Amino acid sequence: MSDDAGMAETGGVVKKFLYVNRKAPYGTIYALEALEVVLIGAAFDQNVSLAFLDDGVFQLTKGQDTAGIGMKNFSPAYRALGDYDVTRFYVERESLEERGLKPDDLMDITYEDEDDDWEEKPSIQLVDRATLARIMAENDVILSF
Amino acid sequence: MSLLHMVNKSPFATTSLKSCVGHARAGDAILLLEDGVYGAISGTGAADILAGLGGDIPVFVLQPDLAARGLAEAELAPGLTMTDYNGFVDLATIHHATQSWL
Repeated sequence: MSDDAGMAETGGVVKKFLYVNRKAPYGTIYALEALEVVLIGAAFDQNVSLAFLDDGVFQLTKGQDTAGIGMKNFSPAYRALGDYDVTRFYVERESLEERGLKPDDLMDITYEDEDDDWEEKPSIQLVDRATLARIMAENDVILSF
Repeated sequence: MSLLHMVNKSPFATTSLKSCVGHARAGDAILLLEDGVYGAISGTGAADILAGLGGDIPVFVLQPDLAARGLAEAELAPGLTMTDYNGFVDLATIHHATQSWL
């Protein structure tokens, strides 16, 4: 999928959608709902990016095991998003640091770049707060969770 | 490219207002609505957060939500602008997108 606004393969205008994730994964339904909506947006050939800030960074931690709480562990689904052309995960560095997390504490999420001989590349990009603010402003539609 | 940031949670219960202020840029605007209007009370930590904004980011407060909660305008921090539902629509149209700090 091109970064430029243009026409989708199915016709119509491609807009830049940013999904803003600010909630931890299991205490509320926000994170799971966001994931569902991201998949819908991707199915419509839109230009999709994800932002993770505040408690939203907890969605991406390694080693989640929900066996004891009777809920589905949906964290593996983030690693499948690359197959749906969802390849940009912007994670706010300050939010990680405030919560005692390091980049290594996050899952390895990658995608295969079709424009670069299907080379496997990281989907997660650490960005500082000011950069994330700029990224927000560059999107046509912001969906907040 | 500017955003309308909307805060609908009390700053005494969540970090939504703090996060919003940390990401608002010159030319953007902030609207306090629903429980977000509790952030407009003067002399509080929330007022201190709003005071940290530059003058190039206006802060609006949805008056019907203030009235519903019994907050008279006299109790509010200085520099805030009252608006109503029509003003809310105008704010949404003059910015290219909205961001809800839920």
